[in-house]
Amino acid sequence: MSAGAALAEVSDQGKPPPTASGAPGKGKWTPYLLLLPGALWLAVFFVVPMISLLGTSLQTGSFEEGYEQTFRFANYTEALSEYWPQFVRSFVYAGIATLLCLAIAYPLAYCIAFKSGRWRNTLLVLVIAPFFTSFLIRTLAWQTILADNGVVTGTLNALHVTDVLNFLGLTEGDRILATPLAVITGLTYNFLPFMVLPIYAALDRMDPRLIEAAQDLYCSPWKSFRKVTWPLSLPGVVAGTLLTFIPAAGDYINAQLLGSPAYRMIGNVIDSQFFRVLDYPTAAALSFTLMATILVLVSFYVRRAGTEELV
Amino acid sequence: MATTATATSVTRTPLPPPVKRPGGIIRWIREHIIQIAAAAALFYMFLPIFVVVIFSFNDPVGRYNDKWVQFSTDAWTDFCGVAGMCDSLKLSIIIALLATAATVILGTLTAFAISRYRFRGRSSGNLLIFMPMATPEVVMGSSLLALFVTLGIPRGTSTILIAHIMFCLSFVVVTVKARLASLDSRLEQAAMDLYANERTTFWRITFPLVLPGIVAAALLAFSLSFDDFIVTNFVSETTVTFPIFVWGAAQRGTPPQINVVGSLMFLISLAIILIGQVISSRRKKV
Amino acid sequence: MTDSSTVQPRSGADLNIVNVTKSFGDFVAVDDLTLTIPSGSFFALLGPSGCGKTTTLRMVAGLEEPTAGQILIGSEDVTYAKPYKRPVNTVFQSYALFPHLDIFENVAFGLRRRHVKDVKAQVEDILELTELTPLARRKPNQLSGGQQQRVALARALINRPAVLLLDEPLGALDLKLRRQMQLELKGIQTEVGLTFVHVTHDQEEAMTMADTIAVMNEGRVEQMGAPVDLYENPRTTFVANFLGQSNFFDAVLSDRAAATVSASVHGNRLGVPAARVNSPGDQVHLGIRPEKITLSASEDHAVPEGHNALSGVVADASFIGVSTEYRVDLPWGAQVTVFEQNTHHDTRIVPGANVALSWDPVHTFALDASQSVDAGIDSEVLQAVAATGS
Repeated sequence: MSAGAALAEVSDQGKPPPTASGAPGKGKWTPYLLLLPGALWLAVFFVVPMISLLGTSLQTGSFEEGYEQTFRFANYTEALSEYWPQFVRSFVYAGIATLLCLAIAYPLAYCIAFKSGRWRNTLLVLVIAPFFTSFLIRTLAWQTILADNGVVTGTLNALHVTDVLNFLGLTEGDRILATPLAVITGLTYNFLPFMVLPIYAALDRMDPRLIEAAQDLYCSPWKSFRKVTWPLSLPGVVAGTLLTFIPAAGDYINAQLLGSPAYRMIGNVIDSQFFRVLDYPTAAALSFTLMATILVLVSFYVRRAGTEELV
Repeated sequence: MATTATATSVTRTPLPPPVKRPGGIIRWIREHIIQIAAAAALFYMFLPIFVVVIFSFNDPVGRYNDKWVQFSTDAWTDFCGVAGMCDSLKLSIIIALLATAATVILGTLTAFAISRYRFRGRSSGNLLIFMPMATPEVVMGSSLLALFVTLGIPRGTSTILIAHIMFCLSFVVVTVKARLASLDSRLEQAAMDLYANERTTFWRITFPLVLPGIVAAALLAFSLSFDDFIVTNFVSETTVTFPIFVWGAAQRGTPPQINVVGSLMFLISLAIILIGQVISSRRKKV
Repeated sequence: MTDSSTVQPRSGADLNIVNVTKSFGDFVAVDDLTLTIPSGSFFALLGPSGCGKTTTLRMVAGLEEPTAGQILIGSEDVTYAKPYKRPVNTVFQSYALFPHLDIFENVAFGLRRRHVKDVKAQVEDILELTELTPLARRKPNQLSGGQQQRVALARALINRPAVLLLDEPLGALDLKLRRQMQLELKGIQTEVGLTFVHVTHDQEEAMTMADTIAVMNEGRVEQMGAPVDLYENPRTTFVANFLGQSNFFDAVLSDRAAATVSASVHGNRLGVPAARVNSPGDQVHLGIRPEKITLSASEDHAVPEGHNALSGVVADASFIGVSTEYRVDLPWGAQVTVFEQNTHHDTRIVPGANVALSWDPVHTFALDASQSVDAGIDSEVLQAVAATGS
């Protein structure tokens, strides 16, 4: 069907074709005027700072003597050679946390979408409500939960689960606090609503009779999930994983509160470079590298996952 | 058993014994595995909340509130007893209110521009809006700090407010856009058919129908601003908002009043959401 | 009888559509259309989807701007006037009821915008006319489809527009309700005396309700007239196939000067009235509607004097209740459809039987052979027929 015919058919259905003045607006400049305040704010307070960050990353000097612009690209190589372990650790922790988050959130989202009946709204409220409680306070609560000799740690020690976790490098000794496991637990926990809601939205849009059709055509429950439900929920999964991975990679709160100096993430490094070491160029270089790496990873991921419109 | 069919009698081969409906606990678990996993997930989500609420009734020994000592309502009755906490709360609320107001206005205008019009630069505008959501807070915070330092701008309440408006904007735009997308444009055509000009159509039809989205965006912006730590920490220097206070408390000593605030936040937001549900379901009834 | 004095007809204003064209890019949706719709009539724009009827309606409402041409209501040129400046109201296909207003406010909307006094009384009157009074304070999503449709009608009607446009308003209703609403709409229009312009793809609906029908195809009017005229004397194969069903035979005309023109169909001589010949040349599609044909067993020799007659073999017989639909194979391979009302049951007429087809020549029509014999047939039906290889 030609584009014109498509437009006519849209018109036939009573919707104004996009090129017509269907929107209740005045003139040609209306969209630009409407867009201007928001776009300007972002341009000044998001784009410009990024450029400024880039600039700062190439400076030399110290806090006492002041900084000057020298286009010193060596800042990057030095920062990376010193802090690449923290970079890797950040992405590994964020990756594990994202996968765990997906594993935990997906059944919950599935349950709410298909098996909740009249409890659906209540369940959604329950998923959203914790999000509005200060996440710092909730993370502090994990300190209490995972405390040494507390209920959780004691039980796991008694069941020798901790030995297995030690073997995997996730814990040390008989503590869970101040270990990678604690940090990952905190990361997973913080972003659960961001994973549940997009997956729920995608599943909700799906016609449940498709699953029935698959079973009618000889699919076992697992197979019908793999072949029908999972692919159709993919846009939600992609959105959820992005909303989890990106902030997790740059997080330093969980590492600080639940981890230890041996397990610092890149966010901790940037924070200390800015506020304790006061080495602004290094901090800026690290920050910019983090941003660039995430952009590259995300664009590969999104292209491979094949979803065009996420927003 | 031989069967002979005659004109007067017909004997059938007997039916096989009925198959017993499979039961047992293993089967029940297999059939309900999803619900079990979901319940476990919910438990995991609420465990810290329970701890927060329970430990708000604790009377701790020492600086840290991480071991249960004894039941006490002191934290609730002596709410502002901790130095600096109530001030930081007040500041956080004020900043959140201002940021919400500004973001809702800017964001709604932007959402209308992007949803309702086709113009050159629309996709770049879309990308610009999307970018803050795809950026880690460490990067946004540090870049703003770098800018303020370079320009010699002193960091304080105003810089916090600027930063909050910046990162809340994307979320508001996305929320309002979603609501706008579900709005049937034929309703506006019907209004114009019934003698409403463009301005009347907007205020009487479009705006009331977008309002729920705007309210949702406002709630989201408020909580994002109130609860923000990382970006705020970067651009605040000596100003103390509530999350910054909690962070400091994690270093210095965690009074149970923090848990009281946490419990209150949870209860208030739960109440707001439930009220919202009741209102919208009331609208559907007679 | 409810008092409809508050909804008085406007003094006669004809709707004139003059040489109106609407293009979307290089696609022409409405092609140089000229129509006059007399005031007070129930007019139907009938055609398949994509024929331009809804686009035309939207141009009259002001929701779409013509690329060329003029639209006049009475003597007022409204071609480029905004929708809220026209004395026109629309009943939308999806009803487009305002979800956040109750029924009363929905219906009162137009009155309030025009700052009319005494809104309450007028709204109550129209709600009574459309039997919606107990629902006045409900919201649209609490109403059934039929009730919503009546609200949409009341909301438009109350403004006493010079022209009331209806865009397939009955499409979403089930069959029984649709029939009922068709009669109600027609009744209201007669009572209230407004000009109704009804857009639909359902030919039965158009024929039931309208005084005049314009059959549209690809942006143009194929034929316009009263339902009976269009049905009995179609001037194009499109109209013949779109309204009801038609059987067509390739024929050659001779003796065109006579009152009953002679047509030769594979050696059979059939008659067609001169008034029903719509072809410049002698090569024609000779048409006859299935319900006009009578079937009888060949051996009865029961064909009346002067009737057109053909013989064939029954291929299929489907009992429909009211009638039986027969498909009869003719000697030269073509197939004819016959609808026989089930007033008598001849057990000999079964698949395989030899039958005689006959009809009064007065029902025959002849159309230009250059037109496609499949025009106006639903394309899905065509494909299905082709697939069965019949």
